[in-house]
Amino acid sequence: MLTIATGNKAVAAAVKELRPAVIAAYPITPQTEIVEQIAAWVAAGELDSSYIPVESEHSAMAACIGASVTGARTFTATSSQGLAYMHEMVNWAAGARLPIVMANVNRALAPGWNIWAEHTDAFQERDTGWLQVYVGTVQEAYDTVVMAYRIAEHEEVLLPVMVNLDGFLLSHSTQSLETDSPGDFVPPFRLPHAIDVAHPAGYGTLTGPDDYFRFRWDIERSMRNSSRVIRETEQDFSRRFGRTYAPVEEYRADDADVVVIAVGTLGKEAEVAVDLLRREGIRAGSLRIRWFRPFPDLDLSGRELVVIDRDYSFGFSGILAGSLRARTRADPYSVIAGLGGQEVTYDDIAGFVRGREPGRELWFGVDRNV
Amino acid sequence: MTEIPREEFVLKCTSACAGCPSSLALRYVLKAAGHDTVLVVPACCTSVIQGIFPFTSLNVTVYNIAFAAAAACASGMSEAFRKAGKKTSVIVYAGDGGTVDIGLQGLSAALEREEDFLYVCYDNEAYSNTGMQRSGATPYGARTTTTPAGKTHPKKDLDGIVAAHNPPYMATTCVAYPQDVFRKVQKALSIRGPSFIHLLAPCPTSWRFSPDLTIEMGKRAIRSGMWILYEREFGKVTINSVSKAALKNPLPLEDYLSPQGRFSGIGQREKDILISQARKMAKRLIHEEEGVC
Repeated sequence: MLTIATGNKAVAAAVKELRPAVIAAYPITPQTEIVEQIAAWVAAGELDSSYIPVESEHSAMAACIGASVTGARTFTATSSQGLAYMHEMVNWAAGARLPIVMANVNRALAPGWNIWAEHTDAFQERDTGWLQVYVGTVQEAYDTVVMAYRIAEHEEVLLPVMVNLDGFLLSHSTQSLETDSPGDFVPPFRLPHAIDVAHPAGYGTLTGPDDYFRFRWDIERSMRNSSRVIRETEQDFSRRFGRTYAPVEEYRADDADVVVIAVGTLGKEAEVAVDLLRREGIRAGSLRIRWFRPFPDLDLSGRELVVIDRDYSFGFSGILAGSLRARTRADPYSVIAGLGGQEVTYDDIAGFVRGREPGRELWFGVDRNV
Repeated sequence: MTEIPREEFVLKCTSACAGCPSSLALRYVLKAAGHDTVLVVPACCTSVIQGIFPFTSLNVTVYNIAFAAAAACASGMSEAFRKAGKKTSVIVYAGDGGTVDIGLQGLSAALEREEDFLYVCYDNEAYSNTGMQRSGATPYGARTTTTPAGKTHPKKDLDGIVAAHNPPYMATTCVAYPQDVFRKVQKALSIRGPSFIHLLAPCPTSWRFSPDLTIEMGKRAIRSGMWILYEREFGKVTINSVSKAALKNPLPLEDYLSPQGRFSGIGQREKDILISQARKMAKRLIHEEEGVC
């Protein structure tokens, strides 16, 4: 059905189609609309889920863990401070191999209080064993939540998936939305290690130095498997529903001399900047990284790179720029822009490209863009 | 007399300390609960007592979870079982640290939401698992490794906090009275909604008494009136007979304190505070039972 929706409503609508048995969540700006919409559907009997209005994000993830290990499909949503507060259980969910799907509405971390978009909240969780995907449109938010369940619950993955959307820029932006019913695109959930009281087992018992690393390796093995599962899922989604996604969304990048790399809505904004630059005679293109974990394989040889980070790892670099340097030996022009909702227009992005200095770092609004 | 099943769910291979009250109490908790049970265990002595992967000393399913997360995890689990039409009992088995301190928020929220599971707090009055550091449940005057000169704050009134949530069933018990443990767990599991059992677990390692005295110390706790056995069922308080008798004619406090190394060198002032707290608690319960307050 064609409708219009915000990014938050699109997430909720996709969750409704997937019918999780248990949803546990704690409201936080700018995620609130997701949980309010779900709570309303549950109360009206339109969604037959058990909705647990927990008292904190730590408890939200703990409740999802307790439910998921019985073999129940689960969902939660959070943002920023909530994700940081949840951190201990974010690790637990992945370590326990529970395919929980969580929407995270990207927002800056306090102090000072700031409710606007930033990616540091989710990037801080990159080492937890969760798959991470960042979306750029309302439709993509819906489609990606649907795909996230199929990927997370795949027997060769069995890891949780965090679907990220930019606070306000996407969570509260209204765009058109096609709410296709997933049908059998997502098979019924079957957890191989679900609790079976007829066969008692100890979950998460003390694990010594001779065994612990095996479980860690198993997470990494599944993370590597997930790259193939993601590709297959995106291809099958395209066949069934006609909308095509890839781990990295390319825009006019084939023949580009200079490529802008970003995630989320900045990646979409970069596409407008590319068109502008092309009109000026600069052969620009853009790559929008959707899946940050597992990190994609990229061939960027022979191109100049402008990487925009709406995040930072203090004492090191922009997290996306640092990741690209580590994985591709590239030496990009690293731009730190959009922190805490700082406005970044396509004109600004075009300016970053025009003024690029490979190997250098620019703090937008602090340094002069030369 | 209550018939207690012979079947054991705590097997003879735990890694508990000699004289451990927590594993002994767990025997009776699980005998009362039976096969169709999942035990949710946050960080506490029971995380260790199970043994090391790939082995376990417990013959029911155990879900280990982070320190602060037991009540929320059990909430999700019991909701999921209910949704799947299963009658599996979910029992949190948590120490006092995971209950009165780091886990209190989650417990309070689960009680407020009226989640359908049993929360058992086995109270050894310290962080015994990490080597007897103080907890909110450590009594006034007790020496722990983080209160080397004796604790200068009274034991937190956990039962008062739980009671304020009006759960349909809550009770205190003690490992020295296994039939009491068994009966109260059975009763708790027969009632829909949240139930709470606060179990005194005299710990030889942490309280520093001889490991053969665990049961004796539990009995002296009740007989001296320092621990009162009672139930609160749908708001109605019943002080159990053993405590009723004890409150009429209590054992001298000294008989309870003197075998415990943690109270060595305790002064009269601290003893007076302990006695006055115990009397206040007894008075409140008696008034509640009589319907005076």
